[in-house]
This record gives sequence, structure tokens and C-alpha cells, in this order.
Amino acid sequence: MTADAMIDFQKMTAKTIPAEDMLAPGHRACQGCGEVLALRLLMKAVGPETIAVSATGCMEVVSSTFPQSSWRVPWVHVAFENAAAVASGVEAGYKAMRRKGRIPDKRTAILAIAGDGGTADIGLQALSGALERGHDFVYICLDNEAYMNTGIQRSSSTPYGAMTTTSPPGKVHPLGQITWKKNMPAIAVAHNVPYVATASPAYHLDMMNKIRKAVAMPGAAYLHVYAPCPTGWRMRPELSVESARLVVQTQVFPLYEVVNGRYILSRKVNKPKPLKEYLQQQGRFRHLDDKTVAEIEARLHAEYDKIARLAEADAPAEEKEAKK
Amino acid sequence: MTKIDALMSWKEVPVGCHVPEAGSTVHYKTGDWRSQRPILDREKCIYCAMCWIYCPEGCYEDMGPEEKYYKVDLDFCKGCGICAHECPRDAIEMVPEEV
Amino acid sequence: MTGRTGIEVSLALSEAVKMANADVIAAYPITPQTHIVEHLSELVADGELDAEFVPVESEHSAMSACLGSSAAGARTFTATSSQGLALMHEILYIAPAMRLPIVLAVANRALSAPISIWNDHSDIMGERDTGWIQLFAENGQEVFDLTLQAFRIAEDPRVMLPVAVNLDGFTLSHVIEPVIFPEQKLVDQFLPVYRPQIRLDPAKPLSMGMFGIPEIYTETKRASEMALMDSKAVIVKVWDEFEALFGRKYSPIETYKTEDADTILVSMGSVSETAMTAIDEMRADGKKVGLVRIRMWRPFPDEEFKAAVAGARVIGVTDRSITPGSHAGPVFMEIRSLLYALPERPAVFGFSLGLGGRDVTRDNYKYIYDQCQVLEDTGQDRYEMVGVME
Repeated sequence: MTADAMIDFQKMTAKTIPAEDMLAPGHRACQGCGEVLALRLLMKAVGPETIAVSATGCMEVVSSTFPQSSWRVPWVHVAFENAAAVASGVEAGYKAMRRKGRIPDKRTAILAIAGDGGTADIGLQALSGALERGHDFVYICLDNEAYMNTGIQRSSSTPYGAMTTTSPPGKVHPLGQITWKKNMPAIAVAHNVPYVATASPAYHLDMMNKIRKAVAMPGAAYLHVYAPCPTGWRMRPELSVESARLVVQTQVFPLYEVVNGRYILSRKVNKPKPLKEYLQQQGRFRHLDDKTVAEIEARLHAEYDKIARLAEADAPAEEKEAKK
Repeated sequence: MTKIDALMSWKEVPVGCHVPEAGSTVHYKTGDWRSQRPILDREKCIYCAMCWIYCPEGCYEDMGPEEKYYKVDLDFCKGCGICAHECPRDAIEMVPEEV
Repeated sequence: MTGRTGIEVSLALSEAVKMANADVIAAYPITPQTHIVEHLSELVADGELDAEFVPVESEHSAMSACLGSSAAGARTFTATSSQGLALMHEILYIAPAMRLPIVLAVANRALSAPISIWNDHSDIMGERDTGWIQLFAENGQEVFDLTLQAFRIAEDPRVMLPVAVNLDGFTLSHVIEPVIFPEQKLVDQFLPVYRPQIRLDPAKPLSMGMFGIPEIYTETKRASEMALMDSKAVIVKVWDEFEALFGRKYSPIETYKTEDADTILVSMGSVSETAMTAIDEMRADGKKVGLVRIRMWRPFPDEEFKAAVAGARVIGVTDRSITPGSHAGPVFMEIRSLLYALPERPAVFGFSLGLGGRDVTRDNYKYIYDQCQVLEDTGQDRYEMVGVME
């Protein structure tokens, strides 16, 4: 399916959201977990003709305490850094068995699901290999911006200035995380895969349609999903969805797609809300002074603008004409 | 038959320690985690489904187009308060669990 | 091809994988395994083998992809050596615990440091406790046969465990040997199409790779251990089936001139052929010496081994690796531990040799025989590293 064929893609609407959940309740996620909410909605959108491969992490642990499982689709977990490699194997196995007539010749969605640790750090090599080889699968990064399952340690996806247990603001080093968040979607785009997108569970229809598009597009797809963690971010649990909304409204987390290399902004944020509104909900930013917040805000806006300009440049000629 | 706890003879462990029953966490009631529960004012409810969508447990049930509301399953509700916070009509109130 | 052919042993191995009609090969190149995977790539590219060849970006991903493929229900193969095997380490424990029938060929090579591309057994000894079935080939025919058998054993519903076929890197993998290739239809009879009951299938969703709390972990380890122990009986049955179809007999251990031997040497892998030649020469000298060659390293064939050495006074075990900080090489440790419980036990001595590709010679085995006689009187507790330059 090329980008043109995507025009025929049937968007899911509020009225057509499936009733069934492919992730059952009774899992051990924290109260108000934004990551399990995102996962539940993503799994609802993909449906039963799916195989899920999880990396070690919160979602894996809370959903698979023996002798029970939350998963209503076939599911496998192997280790922390290899979700993409295991998914590559599942995909290759299915491809071979279909071709050799041992299983029905129909497409089964294959998902690799990992956190930011299992994606941007320890899982980066396996992800890069799988994307480069172009397996027909979707890689979902559920990004709660630290190694939450092991106790809130920093990852390369932890935002600048955030407190984690391995980037604690202290007397000599007061900042917290001293590096800027690694740009995983850009890394995925650099692998020339057909579909890359960012999503937030607060924009649930956008997110659910993106996973469906990612599954529908032949070849490899990468979906980066923002996942609020009340426990790790020191945030009241009822604020998870609001946080996932504010992160977009402040331009901290731009929502966009990159379809065959072409940037498309999903949501234009022309009048961003002040960054403070997003930060003050979370204890992990409490130690930041106004000067640092201003510096961060400026850089975030610049990064949003970069995406917006890419989308502008990539817009088809007719769209540009219409805008004039 | 689903085992709820993990105490079993080594001979009863499924091959590979796999779990053959899909979605079997429904036998594990997380409802006893909570210290507050959502109470719905049905007069205010506009059946918009936000509570059903945004519940991380997925423990709201659609009561259908006649009843026009979503009912929380207290067997699983952890009392996070997202539904109350997101309800556009403030129809849900979080009320402390009885001690 | 059928009939007797002179062929590089690596290529014979690949031909076995082809005849087994593997579905997925996920592999990363490392000397001296390379010819195996290169030939498999050619066979796939030429359409001689209908498989997915996944050129993964590391051995860790190779074994990970193999787990995924096997879990999906596909016949799965990979090969590696040395550092590559070490890089798979984490995942190697997971495969047998999840009962996934993967076949792995290891072209045995020494571990770094210093980096060595030459043959010894240190790589596989590092994976001794992973729970894999581990077999050692002595010559080219065995490499071919064991590879075919490996799929059959692994996928047997009574086993469902991964199998590692070990062949000495360079000294066996890169030599040209005569190999008898059977007819495809006999292979198909021996090795049916793989149709697992338990696999990742949306029609029957299940979960694999659970979070094992303390209440269950011990029981799962017992179950895994028993699965490996119980596999021996099935392996022996498979070897009987193989003999009936192809005419070649395989046993957990092979004995050579042990019937009246008072000294028995123990070896594993291709050095066994050198050992047998040395035994012939020592016998001509009137020495009552014999050899036990271990083919099935894991699960270790306790009863067969005890029976084979029943008449001996002294046993000289040769290891192609060391276990620093202990007083024994791994095979020596295994055997001394096994025989300790016997009411009348022979003296057991250990010798490590052939490390990092150093040649193992007939003179080495004669030296070991002589040492066994000396040590029997004076006693020695630690293993001896044979041929080290002092």
C-alpha cells in the first residue's frame, strides 16, 4: 500500500471504536498508569489477528504474572533488549510457513512493544537491525521517559532537567538529567521505513488510527507513544490523560507522521500553552528554576518549529497552492 | 481451570511455563487496591464514553443505548480518578472507600 | 546430491539443514562458522532451500530471532562460534526453559582474551548449564547425521528442547571429508514436517515468557531439569530409528578397545580420531588402554559411562578448556563427580590440552597414558595443562 493508497484507509471514528479489549483487566499496573492506558487502546485498535512481542518492562511484568496473563492475543516475552529481534523471528517464521502452505495465507499483524529503555538504550541495536531489514511489523515504543519498572532510573529518553533516581538533582549537580531527550522518531526515519509516527493517548482516535495505519502499511513501522507515569513523575494519578494532552498543547511532544519520508503534522499547535502548565503537575521538575525552564521552553519550540517546517516543505504542491 | 495462585506441583506447571488461558488476569480482582471509588450522577451523564475510553483498567461497561451510561466494574477499579477528572460534565465524583 | 561425496564439512552441515527443509535461518557471521551460513545463503538464493534467511545484526539478535521464529511454529536453525555464542548467552538459558526446539551448530572456537579464531571447547563449556541438549561430532558424517537428528530430537513432542551440535572449528568444519548423503525421501520419512501444538497463533492465543514469582520458579526449574533428563531416552530411540533407515548407529558414548583396558582415556569431538590412533599404537606396545568418546554431553549419560569404565583402574580425562579457580576441567569434574559414589571407584585424572587451536597429537595421548600410571601411585588432585611452555 503506497501513500496514495492510504487515501482509501478507513479511519476509525468515535462510533466505530471496537468494544472488545485485547488486554484484560486484572493487570498489576499502578493506579492511573498512562502507559497501560495507551497499550489497552492500541491493542483495542489492532484487534485479535495480532501477535504481540514484549520487551521486559512495566507492561510485560504487570500483564504476565504467572499463572495469569492479561493478553487476549498470542504473546511472547523473551528479554529486555530484543523485542525487535524476536518480532523479526516471528515475522520470518510466519512468512516462511505461509509461503510453504503450512498456515493460512493471511496477514497477521506483528507488534514489538517496548519501553523507552528497551528501545532507545539497550534495545536500539535490535530495533535498528529490524528496521533496516524491513520486516513487516510494527514497533511501538511506550515512552514514560525513564526505566520505570526497575525504579525510575534515567534513560536516554528522559527529558532534560528531569529528576530520576540516577539523575537526581543534588548540591553539586543540581540539574537532574543533563542530556537532551534522544530523538527516536528521527532515528527511525533515518532507516527509510515506510511509516513513522508519534502519538499520545489523550488524542486516542489519532493514536488508534496511527497504529492501524502502521499495521496496514507493508514493511516496518515505528510508533512512538507518550506514556505518562504518575508514579515515576511524582504526579497525581488522575492527571495522566490531562498530562498527555498538555504535552502536546505545549509543543513538548509534537504529533506527526512521516509517510515514506514525508512529514505530516497531525496537530498544529499555533498558540502553545506555557511549558509551566505541563511541568508543574510533575514533581520530577520541581527543582528547576525559571531560567532553566525558559531555556528548555525555547528549545522545545525550536524543535516543534523544525517539524512544522519539514511538514510544510513536504506538503504536496496542491496543498501549498490552496494555502496561498 | 485457571489457577489463581502459583502454588502447584512441578508436574502441573504448563510446558514451558506458558499460560494457555487468554486474558486470565480477569480472575485477579484489583478492586481491593483502591482507597476511593467513582460514583456517577446519571442525571449529568451525556454517554460520551470518555470514562470507558480513558480507564487504564478497561473496567467500564457500556450499559447500552437504552440505559445510556457506563458502569464501573468495582472488581477491578483501582480508584485512580482519571474518569472523574476527564468527565466533561463532572458527572463522576471520587468518594473515599469505607474503612 | 546423494551417495558418497567429498565435501567440506561446513557445507555438509548446510546441506543437512537444506534436506531438513528448515523454515528460518537467523545468523550472524563469525569465523569459523562462516562457511555454514554462506552456503545456506546460497542455497536460499538459488531456491534450493525455501527458507527465510534473516541476516541479523548480532548473535544476540540471531538467537532472539530464533526464539521468535520457533515460538511462531517454524523449523529454525542458526550457527555460531566463540564470542558469538558468548553473546547469545543470556538468550540461551531462555530457549530450553520456554521449550523451543531450535537447532544450533557451534563451530567450536576458543574464547577471548586473547582473541583466537582457533579450535577448543571453551565456547560451549560456557553454556554448559543452559539446559540445551549438547552433542559432539567427531567427523564429517557425524556432523551431517547429528544435524538431521537434531531437528528430529528437538521437535519431538516428548522433548521440545533446543539442540546444540558441536563441531570443532577449522579442524573439522574446514576439512574435506567423505560424507554419505541419503535420499531426500528417506530424510522426509525420518524427519516429518514440523507441526507444533503449542505456538503463537491468533486462533489459540496463549502467553509465553511469563513473570515467574518465587512461588513457581523452583517448580519450573525442576520441570526443565526433568525435561532434559527425560530427553535421553527419546534421543536413544531416535538413534534407533536413524539406524533402521540409514544404517549408521549412534550411541550416547562410543567405546574403543575398552573391554580389557585397565586405563581408559576420555575424549570429546574430533580429537577422538587422533586418540584412537594413539590407542592402536599403545596397544601394539602391549599397553591395556582404551578410549571412551562422549557424544552426548548434555544430558550426561551416567549409566552408559559407568558401564563403559567398569573394569578400569584409572581414567584419564581430556578437556579442551579450563575452569579457572577450580581444580578440574569441566569434563574431568563431571566424570570424577559421577564416579565418586561408586563403592569401588577408579582413580580419575584430568588433562587440559588443545587450547586455542594447539594441535593435539598422538604423543600427547601417550604422555597422558604414562602420566596416569605415575599419578595412580603418587596421586594428583589438580588437572594438568598438557604441553604448556614453562
